[in-house]
Amino acid sequence: MKNALGSVQSALILGGDSDIAFATSKRLVRDRLRRLVLAGRSIERLQARAAELEAIAPGIDIRCLTLDATDFASHSEFVDAAFEKGDLDLVLVAFGVLGNQLEDEHDAASAIGVIQTNFTGAVSLLVPTADRLRDQGHGTIVVLSTVAAERARRSNYIYGASKAGLDWFSQGLGDALHGSGVDVMIVRPGFATTKMTGDLDTPPMATDADSVAAAIVDGLRKQSDVVWVPGKLRWVMSVLRHLPRPIFRRLPI
Amino acid sequence: MKILSRLTASSHATADSNTALLSGWGRTSPSRARLAQPSTIEELQEHARRPLRRGLIARGLGRSYGDPAQNAGGLVIDMTRLDDVHDIDLQHSTVTVGAGMCVHRMMQLFVPLGLFVPVTPGTRYVTVGGAIASDIHGKNHHVDGTFGNYVEAIDLLLANGEVVTASREQHPDLFNATRGGMGLTGVMLSARIRMLPIETSTVLVDTDRVADLETLLDLMSRDDDGYRYSVSWVDTLATGNSLGRGVLYRGNHLDDPSAVAGPSRLKGPSASRLSIPPVVPSGLVGLASARAFNEVWYRKHPESERELPQQLSAFFHQLDMVENTNRVYGRRGFVQHQCVIPTGRESDLRKILEILSDERVPTYLVVLKRMGSGNGLLSFPIAGWTLAVDIPAAWDDLAELLDRLDEIVVNAGGRLYFAKDSRMNPDLVEAMYPEINQWRAIADKYDPQQRFASDLSRRLALRDHA
Ligand SMILES: Cc1cc2nc3c(=O)[nH]c(=O)nc-3n(C[C@H](O)[C@H](O)[C@H](O)COP(=O)(O)OP(=O)(O)OC[C@H]3O[C@@H](n4cnc5c(N)ncnc54)[C@H](O)[C@@H]3O)c2cc1C
Ligand SMILES: NC(=O)c1ccc[n+]([C@@H]2O[C@H](COP(=O)([O-])OP(=O)(O)OC[C@H]3O[C@@H](n4cnc5c(N)ncnc54)[C@H](OP(=O)(O)O)[C@@H]3O)[C@@H](O)[C@H]2O)c1
Repeated sequence: MKNALGSVQSALILGGDSDIAFATSKRLVRDRLRRLVLAGRSIERLQARAAELEAIAPGIDIRCLTLDATDFASHSEFVDAAFEKGDLDLVLVAFGVLGNQLEDEHDAASAIGVIQTNFTGAVSLLVPTADRLRDQGHGTIVVLSTVAAERARRSNYIYGASKAGLDWFSQGLGDALHGSGVDVMIVRPGFATTKMTGDLDTPPMATDADSVAAAIVDGLRKQSDVVWVPGKLRWVMSVLRHLPRPIFRRLPI
Repeated sequence: MKILSRLTASSHATADSNTALLSGWGRTSPSRARLAQPSTIEELQEHARRPLRRGLIARGLGRSYGDPAQNAGGLVIDMTRLDDVHDIDLQHSTVTVGAGMCVHRMMQLFVPLGLFVPVTPGTRYVTVGGAIASDIHGKNHHVDGTFGNYVEAIDLLLANGEVVTASREQHPDLFNATRGGMGLTGVMLSARIRMLPIETSTVLVDTDRVADLETLLDLMSRDDDGYRYSVSWVDTLATGNSLGRGVLYRGNHLDDPSAVAGPSRLKGPSASRLSIPPVVPSGLVGLASARAFNEVWYRKHPESERELPQQLSAFFHQLDMVENTNRVYGRRGFVQHQCVIPTGRESDLRKILEILSDERVPTYLVVLKRMGSGNGLLSFPIAGWTLAVDIPAAWDDLAELLDRLDEIVVNAGGRLYFAKDSRMNPDLVEAMYPEINQWRAIADKYDPQQRFASDLSRRLALRDHA
């Protein structure tokens, strides 16, 4: 059970090998987390992550499950397996792909790949997950959205569109679950240096995986609906959101 | 304005009517469960007989701070309608009442007959079932022990649907495991309670303002036993030489019936109360207002006062004069940290007060009380000092701060009170309650399938053998 101060005892991480997810897992196992399910495409990589977490919190119960976000047909069975050992206090949706904007905008198949991973795959997993949590009467879903979901940008609008879809879906899901004992928290990081952004130049106000993890833990403590990382992005975006398009288009972002 | 109020009202009534989002008095970690509100024992049995996916738990008035009267995704049985008087035996000063009856009602009914509730907590709005399940203590613990000491028999609905009577003679193991068992041994239907005969509803109260912790502990250790009731309030924001300064309240019943004339000789509590509005300015939870409050509270008391006559409810239930005091802490609610530190480990008590003072934790009503010896199994009290501190959940780094306090408590051989807990580390339960495996064996015997379950029992793995 989650306690009064937002510490969770059990968690499922969708995209368990993500740098942000791993940094979050490390913080959670140092706190009250005792049972963890890591899900992702490569069991070997998940097991390597699990070994590091076990070194931090000996005795913790970690299971690694295979999950491909785009293999929709497998999701219902996957969710059953994830809940097999009991309640889950936290479900973190961390998988995602950035794509390559300049190539994807001319290659429908790759563009669809980004949308299917980030949006369709997340919806396909969140629908059965939400039902499970509703049945257990408690729990928190944390969804990794992005500032890029706030306003379409020339430089990453395919990724942005996929995340905007996910963000809107998650907002609605949060409303649908209101009063069910289940909360939805949306996390909107700016640029974070992780393996996803590895080759890209680091822009101003960049953050890192552990700062995002810290913000997630803080959001759980505060029962936040939306978390921005860094926090000041909330104010930056509230300005950018209202800039006229011709000006916004010329901004170097 | 009207539309707005309609909007806010409907937002909480989304799911079907027989489920409810339940939380404790601290209003943290709500969870949704099916809620049954039986008016008869037959109705209750009907509910309990159905197949249950996630077990059931009884609920009284929800005055526990955390999650013991919640059962996410399962069944919660609201007991407050089972509040009949079954029997009054004036010769033996016992009453038998439905487990859903609250202390307030008991005082209204029985004080005029010269019978007082033998142990009453800081609020009258707890049920008999809740009082037994938490084996509650009052201002008289140092001389009289817990509520459970005054329970002669309990009628209990077991996991298999049977109703049994548990007492010191019949099923004594079940009787002991139920007192303090947090509702996990069965649903209490009714209980026979030995009341305290009183001549008047007046308490003669001595009040002392005490400048520091040493003097306070000294005073309590020295002559507490001359008083049936004793409790102190401590200013945790005082620093340095004033650390632990407080006000000590002690009293005895006025035994001379001729001293009070007429109908006010044996008077129960009245019902009217003020209410805190649902929306409270969040500024109240800040440090500055807490400090100002504590300063005023300390100063408002005379240095020393003797034998001030007070009515029972004014002496015992100051907090009840205002309804919904828990709303003061705003949306995120609050936690109460209540520990007991064994006699002889006063230096650890001091350490805790030092941390609260150093960290400037904004606390209002910090209560310190000397406890007599305990009852074992899961009953909270042990001989020593119990300290209860309310803290807004929104306070930064509260989780880490309270974990630090718990280290001190457990190393001192002390423990936390399940009725107040909402955040403790489950790994500490066995060290704090060394008899828990005996309790688990009894619970297993009467409820082998673990039909009784609560958010608390899940969070702290109370039923799982280590
Ligand atoms: C302002 C305030 C002051 C307080 N002061 C004190 C104090 O001085 N001393 C003290 O000891 N406590 C104190 N408490 C705590 C309170 O006495 C306990 O939490 C008590 O258990 C609350 O009773 P309830 O009827 O509200 O029970 P709930 O909070 O609804 O339930 C508490 C537990 O009792 C169980 N339970 C309730 N009814 C039944 C039943 N019929 N059968 C089986 N199990 C049942 C529940 O399952 C749960 O585990 C205080 C609380 C408040 C809010
Ligand atoms: N880094 C940033 O700047 C930033 C900013 C805002 C939001 N985010 C979001 O934060 C989340 C975590 O990102 P990160 O920075 O930690 O990047 P990351 O380390 O690259 O993590 C992303 C993870 O998603 C997994 N994944 C990709 N496609 C998948 C699929 N089809 N099925 C299952 N798993 C799949 C990857 O697993 P494999 O190991 O199998 O490839 C990878 O572990 C992502 O949703 C990202 O969009 C990141």
